[in-house]
Amino acid sequence: MALVEVRDLVQRFELDRGLLGGLRFEGGRLTRRLRVVSAVDGVSFHIERGEIFSLVGESGCGKSTVARTVIKLLEPKGGSVFFDGIDITRHTRRQMLPLRRRVQMIFQDPYASLNPRLSVMETLTEPMIFHRVAATPEEAEARAMALLERVGIRPEQAGRYPHQFSGGQRQRIGIARALAVEPELIVADEPVSALDVSIQAQILNLLMDLREEFGFSCLFIAHDLSVVRHISDRVAIMYLGRIAEMGDKRQIFSSPRHPYTEALFSAVPQLSGGRILNAPPLEGEVPSAIDPPSGCRFRTRCPRALPLCGESLPAAREVEPGHTVFCHRVE
Amino acid sequence: MRTMNETGVERSVGRQGELLLEVRDLRTYFHTFKGVVRAVDGVSFDVRRGEVLAVVGESGGGKSVTGFSVIRLIDDPGRIEGGQILFCGRDLMTLSESEMNRLRGSEIAMIFQDPMTSLNPVYTVGQQLEECFRLHTRMGRAERRRACVEQLRAVGIPNPEARLNNYPHQFSGGMRQRVVIAIALAADPKLIIADEPTTALDVTIQAQILRLMVRLVREQGRSLILVTHDLAVVAESADRVNVMYCGKIVESGDTRAIIDRSAHPYTDGLIRSIPSLEVDRRRLDTIPGIVPNMFELPEGCYFAPRCPRARDLCRVREPEPVEIAPGHAVSCHFPLEKSSSQREEVR
Repeated sequence: MALVEVRDLVQRFELDRGLLGGLRFEGGRLTRRLRVVSAVDGVSFHIERGEIFSLVGESGCGKSTVARTVIKLLEPKGGSVFFDGIDITRHTRRQMLPLRRRVQMIFQDPYASLNPRLSVMETLTEPMIFHRVAATPEEAEARAMALLERVGIRPEQAGRYPHQFSGGQRQRIGIARALAVEPELIVADEPVSALDVSIQAQILNLLMDLREEFGFSCLFIAHDLSVVRHISDRVAIMYLGRIAEMGDKRQIFSSPRHPYTEALFSAVPQLSGGRILNAPPLEGEVPSAIDPPSGCRFRTRCPRALPLCGESLPAAREVEPGHTVFCHRVE
Repeated sequence: MRTMNETGVERSVGRQGELLLEVRDLRTYFHTFKGVVRAVDGVSFDVRRGEVLAVVGESGGGKSVTGFSVIRLIDDPGRIEGGQILFCGRDLMTLSESEMNRLRGSEIAMIFQDPMTSLNPVYTVGQQLEECFRLHTRMGRAERRRACVEQLRAVGIPNPEARLNNYPHQFSGGMRQRVVIAIALAADPKLIIADEPTTALDVTIQAQILRLMVRLVREQGRSLILVTHDLAVVAESADRVNVMYCGKIVESGDTRAIIDRSAHPYTDGLIRSIPSLEVDRRRLDTIPGIVPNMFELPEGCYFAPRCPRARDLCRVREPEPVEIAPGHAVSCHFPLEKSSSQREEVR
C-alpha cells in the first residue's frame, strides 16, 4: 500500500470575501460575482514508501498548494487524501495531531522557518519532547547531537542561534529538525532554490544520503527541472492546477510526451549550450487561474491544439506502464 | 598577437571586434563599521562591440558591484577607489556627475533583476518609455508616441497601443521585464548591463527574455554585460565569461573554453555541482565549505581553503592571471589540465 494516496484533489481560493465582496458595475447594473482562484483542479497521485516523488512546474501551477493541502495545512475543497490507508480528508486539527509527527516539512527559506529565539539544540529537542519521541530531555539532547553531526553541524555549534549560521547551514538545521521526530513523509517545498549552486549540491547530496539511511518518503516541490531529475524517483509535471504528465523519472526525462513537458524541457538552459537561442519558443504566458481555459488548460499555448482540446478535459492515457499523459493528441 | 601587460591583464591586439569598454584594475570598496569590504578588487576586462560578456559567480563574488561600478552607480558606504573605465576611449572616472548622467541611459543602459522595483508604479509604462525619448532624442510629441509603440512591439508586447496606458502592476513579471528592456534600449545605447535579468522569471519566460535580449544586442551591434549566477544561462547566451570569486576575476575566456576546459578549480567545482537535465549522476560533486567572510579573507589565494588542489604556496602567495591559451586567462598556481575524456562524465 502506498504511503500517500491522493484522488481528484481540488483546492480553490475565494478572492471576494464578505457580504460586499465581488460587487461591481457591469453594463450600468450592480452585479455580484465571486471570483474564485482554481488553484488545484482534480489532481491524483500516490507516493510509495521510501520514494522521492516530485511535483514540478512554473510559478502558479499549484504545486505548493497541492503539498499544503495534502498535509492539511489547507482544507481540501474536493477529492480525498489517504495517509497510510487512513482517509484524512475530513480530519480535524485534533485528529491530525498524532499524524503530525509522521509528516514533517522543509521550507524554502530556512531563516524564516527557524525560530530566531531558540538555539539549534532547543529547535531540535522541542518537537522530540512534544511528540514523545524522546522520554527525557537528556535523551532528546543526545539524539539531537547525533542528528546535528549527521547533517554536518559541529557539536560546539549546538548552542548557537539561527542568525549565526549561513543559509546552507540553516537548511541543514531545517533538515535535522524535520528528521528529529522520525517522520515517514517529508514535504520539501523548494528546499534548495534559495541557495548558491555549490551549497545546493551539498544539500541535495545530504537529502539523498539521509533518504537511504532513514528510509522516509519525500514529496519534493521544485521549479528547477535539473534538480528534480537528479533527486526524484517519480515526477509529475503540473500546469495551471492540473497534472500534465506523470511517471518514472527516466520515462519523463528521456521520452516526454506532453507538449508542455517538451516545451518546458527545451527552455531549460544547459551547460552544453545551444538550446535556448535555437529551440522554437513556447509563446505567451500561463493564463490566470481565476478564469482558466476550458478543456485542456494548456491549449491556449499549445502548438498542437485541436478544437477538441477546448471542449473536453483530456483523460489520463497510460502510454507505458506507470507513465501517464493528459493530452488529447497522445494515443 | 596577444601580450600580457605588467599587471597581467590580457591586451587584445589582433582580435575581431573593436573595443568598446576597457576596465583596468577597478577597485570598489565598501567602508562599513565592521571594516572594509573589498567587493571588487583589481578587476580588469574588455568588452568588444557586438559581444555578450557574462560575469558569473556566487553571491558575494562582486559580480553585481562590477556591473554597477561601470556606470558609477555606487552609493555610500561604497566607493570606487581606483582604476580606469575606458568607454569608447573616454575615462568615465574623470567625468563629472552631470556628464555621467547624460551617458547613463543614452550610451550605457542598465537592466535590473526585479522589474517591479525598477519601474515607477505611479506612472504608466508609456510615460516612462516616452521620458527616455524625451531626454535622449530630439523627437516631437507625435513621433515619440510612434516610437513608444514601435519599441513595445519590438520587445514582443501584444497590443502595444493600448498597453502604453497601463501601469506596471497591470503587467506580468515577464511582460514587465520586456518593458524594462524596451526602456533600456529606447535611446539606442552602445552597452547594456543586465544584472540577473532572468533570475526572477519562470524557465519558459526566461528563455523568451534571453532570446529577446541576445537578438536585440546582436542585430544592432550593441554589447551586453550579463551578470548572473547561472552558468547554464551563460553557456546558452554569452560569447565570453569572467568568473568572479571574492571580488576577483579567477578565470576568463571564451564561453566554450571556460565550460569545456575550465582551468580554475573554482570554475570546475561550480560546473560539477550543477545537476544536468541530460546525464544521470549518482552524486553531485560539491565545493566543500562556504564562501569566506569578506572581512577576514584568507592569505594567498582566496579559494585555497575550499580548494582540493591547494598546496602551501596557495596559502601564502596570491596567484596572478596567466594566459594558458589564447584569450583564456586563469589566476591559479596549479591550474587543471584534464583530458577531455575525463570531463565527458560530467557533461
